[in-house]
Amino acid sequence: MMESGPLTGPVPTDGTADATHPRSAELSGVPAKPNPAANPANSEIGGTLWRRFTFRRPLAALILQRLGLSVGLLFAVSLMIFGGIEALPGDFATTYLGQSATPQAVENIRKDLGLDKPWTERYLSWLGGAVQGDFGTSWASKNSVGEQISRRLGNSLFLAFFAALVSVPLAVGLGMLAVQFRNRLPDKIINVVSLAAISLPEFFVGYLLIMFFAVQYGIATFPATVYDSMSVTERLSAIALPVATLVLVVLAHMMRMTRAAILNVMSSAYVETAELKGLSMFRIIARHAAPNAVAPVINVIALNLAYLVVGVVVVEVVFVYPGMGQYMVDAVTVRDMPVVQACGLIFAAFYIFLNMAADILAIIANPRLRHPR
Amino acid sequence: MNLRSIPFSAWIGIAGIAIAIFCAVFAPVIAPFGERDVVGDIWLPAGGDFLLGTDNLGRDLLSRLIYGARTTIMVALAATVLSFSLGMLLSFTAAVVGGFTDQLFSRFNDLMMAIPTLIFALVVLAVLPQHLWILILVMAVLDSTRVFRIGRAVALDVAVMEFVEAARLRGEGSLWIIFREILPNTLSPLLAECGLRFAFSILFLSTLSFLGLGIQPPAADWGGMVKDNKDGIIFGISAALIPGAAIATLAICVNLVVDWLMKRTSSLKGGRGDA
Repeated sequence: MMESGPLTGPVPTDGTADATHPRSAELSGVPAKPNPAANPANSEIGGTLWRRFTFRRPLAALILQRLGLSVGLLFAVSLMIFGGIEALPGDFATTYLGQSATPQAVENIRKDLGLDKPWTERYLSWLGGAVQGDFGTSWASKNSVGEQISRRLGNSLFLAFFAALVSVPLAVGLGMLAVQFRNRLPDKIINVVSLAAISLPEFFVGYLLIMFFAVQYGIATFPATVYDSMSVTERLSAIALPVATLVLVVLAHMMRMTRAAILNVMSSAYVETAELKGLSMFRIIARHAAPNAVAPVINVIALNLAYLVVGVVVVEVVFVYPGMGQYMVDAVTVRDMPVVQACGLIFAAFYIFLNMAADILAIIANPRLRHPR
Repeated sequence: MNLRSIPFSAWIGIAGIAIAIFCAVFAPVIAPFGERDVVGDIWLPAGGDFLLGTDNLGRDLLSRLIYGARTTIMVALAATVLSFSLGMLLSFTAAVVGGFTDQLFSRFNDLMMAIPTLIFALVVLAVLPQHLWILILVMAVLDSTRVFRIGRAVALDVAVMEFVEAARLRGEGSLWIIFREILPNTLSPLLAECGLRFAFSILFLSTLSFLGLGIQPPAADWGGMVKDNKDGIIFGISAALIPGAAIATLAICVNLVVDWLMKRTSSLKGGRGDA
């Protein structure tokens, strides 16, 4: 398993490590090893059923396990986002009214927002609503949070989708180019440039692009506002700069990781054997290297897409783009907790499920991961 | 250590970091104007009295940049040191004690890492009051999850070595094993990691300040300066780009040094001998 480097946002979930982990099955609520002491009849039937299923369909069982694990993780995250906030000091009512507020006013606003009920009750009703897409009403604007999010989520996904569409082929291509010219000039140039690109903050890249393309040359639009009545081409030209920023931010990471993954395969013994047999370069890559490189490269892509989801936050603020990220940042500055919680949960959900997708794709692409020792 | 063996790129990095630290330490001496003094018109172009021009309130940009180096580096450094101490202590404890403690720490760490760092910080900072030490603490705790993961992996490798076993058989306590046996043997890979975390802290702090959640005005800080001056971009005023470039340069310099350190530790096993 390749080390993704600590600068990357995504969690490097190691497929092999998790598959052998006894806790992963427990967390997902699947009785992988039923405890014979507790309720023997029930657990034995469930156990044998599950065991037979794992034996016949190891792939399906593993995928089910991963799905269960992700749902469990998401549940834990929701508890953390909600419960963690309760545990932290600081009260919205006092912040909202200022230090000099009378106790009566504070009490009123707490009752108004439902803060006087115990937090377990509020958590359960919040979670119940969240599952159905109802995230309550915003404290600041008194609008429905779910409605706002459904409109903005589409915008954010639109942005992330096009950024992925451009950056993925480009990163894989450049990564292969770097491998092809390993330790020669193109590789060195790519290495230095990508090292620099990793160090650039998103907002700096964004403003640099605005300065050049929107202000100096006037060929792009800023701010990147989109609204419902826009045609698709208008939308595309509006998001050109934000997409370019996102691409530049993710590209360097993705490319470096792709290069490492392919290099790992290309330096293995069987590729050397193929070379010594006198096979053509194309045949070596197509028949020997590519099938083995697919799994790590897919993993790299999925991890970086997860990173893209978060990168959207800053880029949206820079380009005044009406998406989820901007909504969340605005809510954080006015301490509008229902909005912050909802956005946090949705961002975490995307992140967790993209990481899960990376795991599952790695298992599908690499049969060795299906049979943990 | 042979000075000639340091590659050119690493020298650039070292020089950049040295300049930044010099600015941070001697800020009041070398800055031409005060941090919060309004000295001229709004957004004056570079040149003349003001080497880099003035900002959105008419403060000297160069002076604020120099004072900003102080805030940015200090906060990022404090967060890195704290996150490192926390992450290493917990990860070594997990690796040495093992069993339930290890499971508890590791699962909790997985849970923390399941939420994207920036999103987590936004959620937490929305609740907490805005103080500098709270900001440092939040950054440190979030960052320590990464340190924990690497620290545990490295420490597990060392914890099964013969000399650790010998120490256990001698009857040494866990604290001795952590600080006297494992720590000295894991220091060099973790040092490179420390540099990476520092670069990340600078970027993270700047991002938070840019979003208005980091260091609060009127204190000068590079991320916050970008935020202050961002409205000038539309009029073709590049004041926001200068602090942005400063952040990027410092991060690149740190990364160049880290790149060299990593290559050195990976190519020379036991290369610490001459350090």
